[in-house]
Amino acid sequence: MADNTASGRAFVRGEMLPQQTAPTSTKGVGHWLKTNLFATPFDTVLTLLAVLFLAWYLPPMLRWLFIDAVWTGEGRAACATVAQGGVMPDGWSGACWAFVNAKFEQFIYGRYPIEERWRVNLTAILMIVLLVPLLIPTVGRKGLNAVLLFAVFPIVAYFLLVGGTFGLSFVETPLWGGLLVTLVLSFFGIAVSLPLGILLALGRRSSMPVIKMICIIFIEMVRGVPLVTVLFMASVMLPLFLPEGVTFDKLLRALIGVALFASAYMAEVIRGGLQAMPKGQYEGADALGLNYGQKMQLIILPQTLKLVIPGIVNTFIGLFKDTSLVYIIGMFDLLGVVRQNFSDAAWATPVTASTGLIFAGFVFWIFCFGMSRYSIFMERRLDRSHR
Amino acid sequence: MSLVENSDARADRPSSWLNDARVRGVIYQVLVFVSVVAFIAWIVRNTVENLNRLNIASGFGFLNGRAGFDLGQSLVPYSSDSTYWDALYVGLLNTILVAGIGIVTATILGFLVGVGRLSRNWLVARLCTVYVEFFRNIPPLLVIFFWYFGVLSILPQPRESIELPFGGYLNNRGFKLAKPIFEDGFNLVLVALVVGIVATILLARWAKARQMATGQQFPVAWSALGLIIGLPVAAFLATGSPLSFEYPQKGTFNLTGGVQIGPEFMSLYLALSFYTAAFIAEIVRGGILGISKGQTEAAYSLGIRPGPTMRLVIIPQALRIIIPPLTSQYLNLTKNSSLAIAIGYADLVAVGGTILNQTGQAIEIVAIWMLIYLALSLATSAFMNWFNSKMALVER
Repeated sequence: MADNTASGRAFVRGEMLPQQTAPTSTKGVGHWLKTNLFATPFDTVLTLLAVLFLAWYLPPMLRWLFIDAVWTGEGRAACATVAQGGVMPDGWSGACWAFVNAKFEQFIYGRYPIEERWRVNLTAILMIVLLVPLLIPTVGRKGLNAVLLFAVFPIVAYFLLVGGTFGLSFVETPLWGGLLVTLVLSFFGIAVSLPLGILLALGRRSSMPVIKMICIIFIEMVRGVPLVTVLFMASVMLPLFLPEGVTFDKLLRALIGVALFASAYMAEVIRGGLQAMPKGQYEGADALGLNYGQKMQLIILPQTLKLVIPGIVNTFIGLFKDTSLVYIIGMFDLLGVVRQNFSDAAWATPVTASTGLIFAGFVFWIFCFGMSRYSIFMERRLDRSHR
Repeated sequence: MSLVENSDARADRPSSWLNDARVRGVIYQVLVFVSVVAFIAWIVRNTVENLNRLNIASGFGFLNGRAGFDLGQSLVPYSSDSTYWDALYVGLLNTILVAGIGIVTATILGFLVGVGRLSRNWLVARLCTVYVEFFRNIPPLLVIFFWYFGVLSILPQPRESIELPFGGYLNNRGFKLAKPIFEDGFNLVLVALVVGIVATILLARWAKARQMATGQQFPVAWSALGLIIGLPVAAFLATGSPLSFEYPQKGTFNLTGGVQIGPEFMSLYLALSFYTAAFIAEIVRGGILGISKGQTEAAYSLGIRPGPTMRLVIIPQALRIIIPPLTSQYLNLTKNSSLAIAIGYADLVAVGGTILNQTGQAIEIVAIWMLIYLALSLATSAFMNWFNSKMALVER
């Protein structure tokens, strides 16, 4: 190359031209607008419709949520118009954050005794302390951490929340409620459904016909019916199944129902991963002389679980959302408590229900959206490590 | 095992039968089977004892008794004097109604949003993303509550109903719409519609066969429009417009006449459609993204225009990816319709729950629920499997 330029041939350029800026038609705001919003007449129409939609709905919504909202106040008068027996001018409508403010503690703890709520807080802190390092990939000692979170923490949490020993007063579960119940149900559901789901998935792919049959029947039965009926079954039929005198706590019955339901779905997710594993992995493990347990534990499951992380997290998200259904069998999780409270005569106004539901929706959304973002992050990370 | 027998070192020491994988498999299975049977027997014995102690007669005879409760919405004649069987039948029809209409709406909305998320139009794509991320991450029950308590129940009283076009009204008891009254001769219009549909199917077959044979195309879409809409309209006009409407009348306190669509149905229907549409949108997006770009480029290089490329090349292939997860979304929607019980829409679970509270026959009611939902699930998946196999890749 250097030879050519040095050779002094007239048609070979000796020096580089200075870099030119891109033509104005292919850069800048104008170009972006043209390609992204007004590329074709149809696009233009769509954009105009979307802008109209936003202009029509967004400002009133923001006004309702924030500007016209009532932030402080005692009782329904603060959020009702004069005609409804309140203080706001007629025709007013806005969010009643004063309601959420007043009931906030109930939304979190339910009717858990006020002087004992530090126990719930302590449990929550313990869980965060154990959960956060487990979620950050660079922090070591994952095995110990997992054992602490999934084996030790539930026992500690049980004694802390239920009490009755170590000088702690006994708090019966009907007093529990709000976000506490939502989190207890979903944590227990997650901790049980993953191992049980793995067992069911392995059973369904087993070569032993009896075990395979039992697993298929369980999985398909549970997946074929709505969670509401499973919860009904857990709440009205479980007492019939047990010998006389043996009773189960209502919360525990709901826990069993939710956990069994989630494990059937988990089993199908994991089965998908098992099926995607190349046959060579199984044969390789066999050729090394590993027995079934070693083969699964050391070779197949680590790869499978990595493969189906998105599916597992989706099941977790579904489980988290499904805990709201325990309201139907008379328990008060976050949604149930909100629902119960907006019929409270001291606060009932036309806007209370929407405000309470928006708050509950926001909390659910934060949790679920967080989980799905985390799963995307993990997926990308593991994907890179493969290459 | 033959290896062990052939090896000299171990020939004199026969391998224990415990090391035979088949024998061990049989032992494991027998153990599991026996313990499962024992567990079930234990449950059955406890149940029988408990039922005897509580004096609950088992069996389905109680279903012939008088129900004694009213239902908010019913597609067939029903009163509180009807039997429990009738009540369950009404509930089943209501479940199928809300699930069927919900599936259609969710599919249309989901396809629109899913395609919208892939749009080159930045604003439309963002709006669709917000829609999906919003509805995917909140519980369906919350959406139902929002529509029921947050929107529909704060609408004005019947006296101050909001007037809608075509003589309809909207108030806190739901929609009141004009009720169509079919007069003699309307059957002919229905016959014309059926004839139009059958003729369209035959025409489409003939047109496809002709195109395969000769390469000539036939404007099937326009003829189908003419047959399916034109024929019934012609029949309608020929028989002298045998259709009139009974409009709801505003009384002093209430509206009379017309058809009532209750707020329970509306909330459930809207919530299920909006919620499931978010999932369907993701499935549709995944399906279209799953078709490699080469397919589009190949179609363009053959001179096919963007519209037909989408219709003839991309969509048929994307459907193969879309249909299996779409089936499970349909099943989810059907199962989620059981949330009706939370707002009192008289679906199968709500009616069954009422009967359960009245009679205490928990086992029978739960068994009926499970049987019916399993049957609905199997029917839906059978239909979708048939559709899937029709769409599946035919390897030659």
